[in-house]
Amino acid sequence: MSLVEVANLSIAFGALQAVDGIGFAIGKGERFGLVGESGSGKTLTALAIAGLLPETARREGTIRFDGAPLPHDERALARLRGKRIGMVFQEPMTALNPLMKVGRQIGEALALTKAGGDIGALLTEVGLLPTHGERYPHQLSGGQRQRVMIAMALASAPDILIADEPTSALDLVTQAKVLDLIAALCDRRGMALMFISHDLKAVARLCTRVAVLQRGRMVEAGETASVFGAPGDGYTRRLVAAARMQLPEIAHGSPGGVLVATRGLTRRFRQPGSWPLPGKPLTAVDKVDFAVRTGESIALVGPSGCGKTTLARILVGLDTANAGSIAFDGRVYHGADLSPDLRRDLSLVFQDPFSSFDPRMSVAQSLAEPLRLLDGLPPEMHRQRLAENVAAVGLEPAMLTRFPHEFSGGQRQRLAIARALMTRPKFLVLDEPVSALDLSVRAEVLALLMRLKADYGLTYLVISHDLDMVAAIADRVLVMQAGRIVEEGKPAELFTNPRHEMTRELVAARLPAVG
Amino acid sequence: MRLPRHPSLIIGLAATAVFVALALLSLVWTPYPIAQIDIARRFQGPSGAHWLGTDFFGRDMASLVMSGTLTSFTVAAAAVVIGAGLGVPLGLAAAIWRGPVEWLILRGSDFVFAFPALVVAILITALIGPGAINAVVAIGVFNIPVFARVARGGALTVVSLDFVAAARLAGLSNAAIARRHLLPNIMGLVIVQATIQLALGILAEAGLSYIGLGTQPPATSLGLMLRDAQSLFVLHPFLSLVPGLVIIVIVIALNLAGDGLRDALDPRLKPVESAA
Repeated sequence: MSLVEVANLSIAFGALQAVDGIGFAIGKGERFGLVGESGSGKTLTALAIAGLLPETARREGTIRFDGAPLPHDERALARLRGKRIGMVFQEPMTALNPLMKVGRQIGEALALTKAGGDIGALLTEVGLLPTHGERYPHQLSGGQRQRVMIAMALASAPDILIADEPTSALDLVTQAKVLDLIAALCDRRGMALMFISHDLKAVARLCTRVAVLQRGRMVEAGETASVFGAPGDGYTRRLVAAARMQLPEIAHGSPGGVLVATRGLTRRFRQPGSWPLPGKPLTAVDKVDFAVRTGESIALVGPSGCGKTTLARILVGLDTANAGSIAFDGRVYHGADLSPDLRRDLSLVFQDPFSSFDPRMSVAQSLAEPLRLLDGLPPEMHRQRLAENVAAVGLEPAMLTRFPHEFSGGQRQRLAIARALMTRPKFLVLDEPVSALDLSVRAEVLALLMRLKADYGLTYLVISHDLDMVAAIADRVLVMQAGRIVEEGKPAELFTNPRHEMTRELVAARLPAVG
Repeated sequence: MRLPRHPSLIIGLAATAVFVALALLSLVWTPYPIAQIDIARRFQGPSGAHWLGTDFFGRDMASLVMSGTLTSFTVAAAAVVIGAGLGVPLGLAAAIWRGPVEWLILRGSDFVFAFPALVVAILITALIGPGAINAVVAIGVFNIPVFARVARGGALTVVSLDFVAAARLAGLSNAAIARRHLLPNIMGLVIVQATIQLALGILAEAGLSYIGLGTQPPATSLGLMLRDAQSLFVLHPFLSLVPGLVIIVIVIALNLAGDGLRDALDPRLKPVESAA
């Protein structure tokens, strides 16, 4: 008999049908994956199983847990949740109480289940030390916090662990470790797993069976190997193709002279110390030297917190280095002292397309903003430049009068790219340009970036922790760790024959391709 | 913005609008001139001729309330204009320049917060004599740090967003970023705070007039009416009840409108359909 049986489940908010007639079963000890993009209804499905749907939601269909339908009574439901279902959420920082030591939070979960158990043993089981229990959530790294969340979910020795995007807030190396931990725990405890993710590779790594959701409908379900290996549905095929990061080949021109060179670039941040002692300075960027040649596409990879983004902000003049300098086309600057006539030659595309547009401004107003850097451009050319750029990123000029919230994430990122190209820069820094986007539009945006690079003769510095993407678009890779560049080389050589510890770790954390 | 979702907003705005209309009407027409003293008809109860009766000088209470409401609204609104006009730019400056600028502005507002409004009002009165203008200045000065804090708080959450960084990349100066990007995005907060400060301003004006530091006769205000009626409370409670109730209703109406506006303007409180 199955542990969880979902039949004909529909969830609606008012007129909006969020989940539409899906059904699946999870056996005891089985690892089941639910795949879908944002808005596909996968999180709502998980919440429905735990009986945690928001009150405004209307639920139809049946959910049976261990043969019995979910109780209607809130107390019985809470008992079921507390004893038999463990949940892990996406953002471990907001799921933990910031004012409580994590050991006490695990203890609270233990006390509620009355199952008996030991905080230290749970911490050890999830790969932490018992002494970690004495820390507050902010004193732990993202991966450690997620381990604490898992320990709390395990406190009741549940029959099923529901994990909702547990690794998407983590960097690649940590993600691989947390996935391994979840797999090991399920094996050791004979616990079933419902793993919710948009990342096909993570699902393929963990789950034996998957269901694919698209806009609330289940388009395909079956054994992982057969669904991803030979997808029957068009949508699944698109997802799998996108996960394989297949990009059209673009002839890489031979690079020209040096465009950007840094010398001993260093950025230190003051940390708050315990009064009256000053805090220990944190060196985010530590004597970085590198050069980018015209027409090259360079990737900067490294774990989160290694200083990638700080380096990018200094390069485009949003932050200033404490020491060292940058030479752009032979002209030296240190960050924010970038002269205005140089500013138009470099630009940045932000990671999050949702916060990179002012919600109160029309897209045309936002896009036209950088044009002030081109004082030579006559005003009547502005309109033409806008239309040209919007067309270049594959959108309609008529869309310019709309406001940002009317666009999808992928469209916004296209608009962000159009804005970055308004001044016709020579050098473009891309900070995780696709990591906030749904899988199926990532490949499109990357293909667009490669086409624009050829069309406008751009030079790219791409910041990423996604090695597959890096392998697909970069000519040269810089590996960064703790503010230093530790290895450098062509992607093919670097990933097959990594020399530095960090590179090896990154390559090992790379999940096998799907299908 | 779907107004029917916010009944408190509609009730609050409607009640406020009624009082504002009455107050404005008093500029061109009142049932009787407010300065007309007629001892012979004093202490009359409500009647067809005098809807709210007459006070101890025989003045028409309905006319006094209309005129007093105008004074109260004018003083409170002028104080809000002073507070928002100076406070919001200061708050934005603190949020965008940070560092010593922010320190100075915050310590400055702490300094103003540390003084009771009444003490400053007395000080101003001692220096330049009592009057409505002085009440405006005294209340307005205390609105400045309130608006500065609200603007800074709102702007701090906006200033870390990527579109502000994008504006810096586009070569905008700090002042231009504050005007183009920060101000429109915190306008909702400022409007809500303005309605709350308007209500508090009406209370403060009533308080200052009550102790004789605000509006001076022959002009009138709701606080002044209360002051005139207090010695007669046991004999003629109606004279105190009328201005007292009007103050209460106006303040409640403004608070309802403020709450409703906050709900209507805050996207986090929007219903699910529009978010999806």
